[in-house]
Amino acid sequence: MSEIQLEIDGRAVRVEEGTTILAAARKLGIAIPTLCDHDGLEPYGACRLCIVEVDSGGPASRRSRVAASCVAPAEAGAVVRTRTEKLDRFRRTLLELELARAPDSPRLQELAREHGARRDHFDGDASFCIHCGLCVRYCAEVKQLHAVGFIDRGIRKEISFLPEIAGRECEACKECFPLCPTSYLQAAYVLMRSFVVPSRMK
Amino acid sequence: MSLLERVDAIIDRHGAEPSALIQVLLELQGELHWLPREALARVGERLVVPQSRIQRIATFYKAFSLVPKGRHEIHVCMGTACHVRGAGRVLDKVKELTGIAPGETDLELKFSLETVNCLGCCALGPVMEIDGKTHGKLGAEGAATVLESYE
Amino acid sequence: MTRIASPTELERIRAEVLAGRDPERPHVAVCVGTGCLATGARAVLAAFEAAIAEQGIDATVGVRGTGCHGFCERGPIVVIEPAEICYLQVKPEDVPELVRETLVEKRVVERLLYLDPRSGERVVRESDIPFYKHQKRLIFGPNRTIDPTSLEDYLAIGGFRALARALFKRTPEQVIEEVKAAGLRGRGGAGFPTGVKWGLAREAECEPGGRSSGASGASGKVVVVNCDEGDPGAYMDRSLMEGNPFCVLEGLTIGAYAIGASEGYIYVRQEYGLAVENVGRALRRLEEVGLLGDDVLGSGLSFRVKVHRGAGAFVCGEETALLLSLEGKPGEPRTRPPYPAVRGLFGRPTNINNVETWAAVPRIVSEGAAAFAAIGTAGSKGTKIFSLVGKITNTGLVEVPMGIPLREIVFEIGGGIPGGMRFKAVQTGGPSGGCIPESQLDLRVDFDELTRAGSMMGSGGLIVMDEETCMVDVARYFIEFLTDESCGKCAPCREGLRQMHRILTRITRGEGREGDLERLLELSALAKEVSLCALGGTAPNPFLSTYRYFREEYEAHVKEKRCPALACKALVRYVIDPARCTACLICMRKCPEGAIDGGKHRIHVIVQEKCTSCGTCLEVCPARFGAVRKISGVPVPPPPSEEERVIVRKKKAAAP
Repeated sequence: MSEIQLEIDGRAVRVEEGTTILAAARKLGIAIPTLCDHDGLEPYGACRLCIVEVDSGGPASRRSRVAASCVAPAEAGAVVRTRTEKLDRFRRTLLELELARAPDSPRLQELAREHGARRDHFDGDASFCIHCGLCVRYCAEVKQLHAVGFIDRGIRKEISFLPEIAGRECEACKECFPLCPTSYLQAAYVLMRSFVVPSRMK
Repeated sequence: MSLLERVDAIIDRHGAEPSALIQVLLELQGELHWLPREALARVGERLVVPQSRIQRIATFYKAFSLVPKGRHEIHVCMGTACHVRGAGRVLDKVKELTGIAPGETDLELKFSLETVNCLGCCALGPVMEIDGKTHGKLGAEGAATVLESYE
Repeated sequence: MTRIASPTELERIRAEVLAGRDPERPHVAVCVGTGCLATGARAVLAAFEAAIAEQGIDATVGVRGTGCHGFCERGPIVVIEPAEICYLQVKPEDVPELVRETLVEKRVVERLLYLDPRSGERVVRESDIPFYKHQKRLIFGPNRTIDPTSLEDYLAIGGFRALARALFKRTPEQVIEEVKAAGLRGRGGAGFPTGVKWGLAREAECEPGGRSSGASGASGKVVVVNCDEGDPGAYMDRSLMEGNPFCVLEGLTIGAYAIGASEGYIYVRQEYGLAVENVGRALRRLEEVGLLGDDVLGSGLSFRVKVHRGAGAFVCGEETALLLSLEGKPGEPRTRPPYPAVRGLFGRPTNINNVETWAAVPRIVSEGAAAFAAIGTAGSKGTKIFSLVGKITNTGLVEVPMGIPLREIVFEIGGGIPGGMRFKAVQTGGPSGGCIPESQLDLRVDFDELTRAGSMMGSGGLIVMDEETCMVDVARYFIEFLTDESCGKCAPCREGLRQMHRILTRITRGEGREGDLERLLELSALAKEVSLCALGGTAPNPFLSTYRYFREEYEAHVKEKRCPALACKALVRYVIDPARCTACLICMRKCPEGAIDGGKHRIHVIVQEKCTSCGTCLEVCPARFGAVRKISGVPVPPPPSEEERVIVRKKKAAAP
């Protein structure tokens, strides 16, 4: 593997080929906000909060684009900007969209303060899950238990515990709970338990 | 043939590998008109696919159902060509006559109703398909006549 | 037919097939495409077989079920050769007469011919019908002359000549150069140059020890036919796959040779039952005769093809989602690069083209790039099949040269708008496309011009809308479609569409608020630039293009709570014009809500509090009275007084 050089926010950095822009930025100590990124998991590219502007390509085919830094590989000679007026505007809208879903999430509220996102800009439609997939991916990739998964698609997509597996495995694990940026995961688990394990009071 | 034997026969035709999952589920759906839990457990075991992925597939793709279907499956097309020619009125009529909404099955297990996003019979819109038979150029009254012909 | 082991044998067999066929022999072609089947073509075909046998002319007259002819709305379509007499909307009970008159007595049955509404004259030959006359049916044309289940029919029209030429007279690089020189661009949506795409896949290297596709243990490159035609309002891929599967497979095999692929997949929506059936049958037939499988035509090419049924997800039309679906996974698009040409199915270099693109290949190879490139515009070559549907007189599939004015498609081929309505817009490109208004009707239809107008070619749906179509509702319709069909992975698409749908819905209900249009623009910009895949990136187009050309409609909905097209139910009131009402009682009896007050000799009045705007009264009011009308954004006029409501019959008798 060879090393390549690129520029992020005006600073040059050398990284192994195949490194993501997000990792390259972190090497420089530049913080890019993320919701679905996690060290131990495959890059996912779903929350799009980690967007950056990238100018890349040779002199003849130079072009500028917005890319999710967690899945975009660093390219030799690329010029990356992590904070611009446009990116700030997109991040703010993304956070406002997520706040409509999970208005009470402390993590979202903190990011919203940093980016000036308004809590009521969009109609509230609270489900508390923001589909970062951390629980689903952690359970599959790290624990290989597959006790929680996604179901459905589009705006009806949700997480769902599989009672047969979750009833057996989750009590002793619960390692995904602290990963959840909202409180939804725990609530969904408690609900599933109440169906699977009959109450002792009965 | 028992349920599991039928499942096995389908898996044998496609090969017991994870990439065959969608084709196996399609054939199961075609034979049984839904995907019972025991069948899915068997598919998971033999194809070595976690149940979470099977659940995902079975809810991601429109062809699958995790609940039993009625004897007649109604698909009302809501594609653009049908939409601009009044598919909404056809759907309203079907809902009124069957008493069920899209995604539902009536209590007698006579009809299941689904909307679909285009049946590819756009020149005949509005279109409704029942058990694979296409009925075209429908209005509300026409849809009612078609429904009456199903027992 | 035995195995065809060389180009010489192919030509020998073709000669045999042709020798057994007399072009002057009377022949009945009944369209048994999905459209005509829905209107009863199967029974018509059976009736012809029976009637011909009964007349005892079965030895001299041939009958064949063919693929889709395109004029689906007038089906079942029957064409009697060699005179090309075209009968429309034929019923089984018409058949004995057609056989007796046309086949035995050699007379035309006038009443089943096309009636040209402009000249008032009947048209005998299919190709003289205005719907067909302005078309150029290079790819779609053969559909009407062949039985899609008959390899002999395909050979008789020159089938597999192109494959033989590619395999024995051209290097793979030369084939790619030919496709590049033809200027063929992908017919599935974005219009990427096909030859360039093939070149990338050819140059890509297979990973040593790359993952195999399971039991088959196959490695090497892959070619895929994308027949997941999900754009609502488009069905040309279905008709090609049903009507001429051999042509698609010939194109695919040429592509496999050019790219160096050993395996092919046909990804076809499971809703397209007949297409699945016909292409499956064609595959087996080609394997039997050695036109697929090991040592194709004795060339040493080894190429196997499988059919994969799509389980119903619009997003699988997107390349990376389609490939994941082929691997048995949910169709969630992934980030590109790497492109499928480099890392595709099971990590193998993969080339995906749409059905119509593959079907164009044999012609390019057999007729040469120059002939193909001679048709069309500077940037878009050849012909394109469109599905011309919606509020248009002649609906069906049409194939036209690139660069034809949109006006010609709508008014010459399509015959204009039915019911005396005015043209308003034509929607192109499916949910990723946009609406083109009347002011742009003279644009010359090709990839670049449609994009310039804020829409796109897409797969070729042309959905015509008239003045009764509300453009805000159209935008709402497409966004709703996409909220259902988005995979739901990335936030700008899933959450952005959720909010756009909420906002558009409330606008069509007259509940639009200050700032809503700005919110829609903000969400559109976000989805366009920040989404993970092309579905999300193009999702705002239906809103953006309608907003661009029909902003005043949006403003009327938000500010005046008025729907100018009188289409949005919540913004429309129904009223009866007392001057036109004759108190005929029809609407009163039909109103499901009992919301009409009136009686014999007593002018009817709609009780607005009870009315649900279902529109039944308007539908049933006889056209000669035309007393019911819709209003929007204006107050309901006060009802006439009781005295004024009484109709004195004497008066009516005195009227002229």
